[in-house]
Amino acid sequence: MADILTPSAWLLAVVQALLFPALAPLLVGWVRKVKARLQNRRGASVLQPYRELRKLLFKEARVAHTASPLFRAAPSVVFVATWLAAATVPLLTIDLPTAVVADIIVLAGLLALARVFLALAGMDVGTAFGGMGASREMMISALAEPAMLMAVFTLAMTAHSTNLGSVIAHHLGDAFVLRPSYLFAFAGLTLVALAETGRIPVDNPTTHLELTMVHEAMVLEYSGRHLALMEWAAQIKLLLYGVLVANIFFPWGIATDPAPLSLAIGLGAILLKLAVLGAALAVAETVLAKMRLFRVPAFLNLALLLALLGLLSHVILEVGA
Amino acid sequence: MNLPALPLLQQLVVLLAALVLFLSFVLLAQSRLVSAIHAFAWQGALVAAVTAVVALSGEVHHLYFSAGLTLLLKALVIPAMLHRQVRRLELERHTEALQRPTLAIMAAVGLVIFSSWLVLPMVAEELAFTRSILAISLAVVLIGFLMMVVRHQAVAQVLGFMSIENGLFLAAVSATGGMPLIVELGVAFDVLVAMVLFGVFFFQIRESIDSLDVDRLNRLSETAEMAGEERP
Repeated sequence: MADILTPSAWLLAVVQALLFPALAPLLVGWVRKVKARLQNRRGASVLQPYRELRKLLFKEARVAHTASPLFRAAPSVVFVATWLAAATVPLLTIDLPTAVVADIIVLAGLLALARVFLALAGMDVGTAFGGMGASREMMISALAEPAMLMAVFTLAMTAHSTNLGSVIAHHLGDAFVLRPSYLFAFAGLTLVALAETGRIPVDNPTTHLELTMVHEAMVLEYSGRHLALMEWAAQIKLLLYGVLVANIFFPWGIATDPAPLSLAIGLGAILLKLAVLGAALAVAETVLAKMRLFRVPAFLNLALLLALLGLLSHVILEVGA
Repeated sequence: MNLPALPLLQQLVVLLAALVLFLSFVLLAQSRLVSAIHAFAWQGALVAAVTAVVALSGEVHHLYFSAGLTLLLKALVIPAMLHRQVRRLELERHTEALQRPTLAIMAAVGLVIFSSWLVLPMVAEELAFTRSILAISLAVVLIGFLMMVVRHQAVAQVLGFMSIENGLFLAAVSATGGMPLIVELGVAFDVLVAMVLFGVFFFQIRESIDSLDVDRLNRLSETAEMAGEERP
């Protein structure tokens, strides 16, 4: 894979990394639009999240007088860490220099860094809501992370690599194989993605009720460009998980060479997959109710169990003695 | 065993067997009785599907018959009977929370690992493609036993017992391409009779201790007053 460390490959990597923040609000807008249609509302335009971000970016940022410098730094750290994590995920093509320098474990680490700063910022000002949200977020993520790593290790064991690009390449290279481990890992990773991105069975992204807030409670004290960065980071995280699920389990269409035509096909394919995934998310959020916070450990236990079964079925059924 | 080298139908068998194992876990942890009965019905349907696919891929014609029999008995008749009894015993809204659900699940995961280790020498023989499903079947049997141990409710214990039978059937189908037809008929009949007997027992237990919680059987005492005191 050394031959792909060329300037043009790096250029492609940068373009792909820039696509993540550019596309993330679109996915959120699409999910909101589908949800509105399902509730018999017309809903705002799919471009509404861009307008919200622009509005917030030009507004004055007010900061509480008890806030420490960490409070001001946190939005940038969260945004950059999430963006860097997103840059390691193959969006259009699998032959990327970022895929060589960073694997799944780096991805999990960068997301953890973002989460730590988010929780610290939540506690920094000293309001009751921030601390509550931070403690809830930490509980959820402490349970979600082992499940995510276990699911990802299942894939890594199949491909004999923790590199996302090689995992996808291995999956593409195979003929059509029904793998029980992939099925379980897919289910587990989907549950983890729902919990980590704060979607409905675990957290409600639109709520301002004190009983149910997790992510909202932590960013309650932010305003202006700080809030814009926080919201944008959350949107990138949703897109990141969407791309991860879509490209690992349904990798068809992703470009395997840097030719413009295959890149265009890759872009079309991922947009189509994300549209389907977003619609599925909207349907799930419409039919499901938000669960009680103390039911969340059971939910994430299920995710861990699915990931564990994926690992075991890989060892027992696919590799054998 | 190298999965990608197998034909698609045999991969499907492996996939379905893995789903049977997953449903064992669902059965173990499901707290609502009615949902547990549904999970059991799905497990029976999956075992029937495994049988049908094995029959299709191996051209073993009498297995179609046992697949149909399994589907009829395990996925339709027995769940329907259990459902009716639960309705008559007024247990539809009954939930039974496990004392330590995570511990039970982890014990079940341990059983899966144990059974995979146990059948390792058998799988190494590489006699048939379905040999490695033996580990799954053994795990389903052991999880059924575990379910009978950790659950207090008589109906749930019967579900555990029935899922043991599912595991045994899966083992028979996957390891040897099915039992002789006469044996299969006998087993199916046995299971049906067992179910009828369980139904009678449910009502008996209920009549004598006023509940289906089998743990109460430990607390029977000589005098009626003492029993009255100890009853929570």
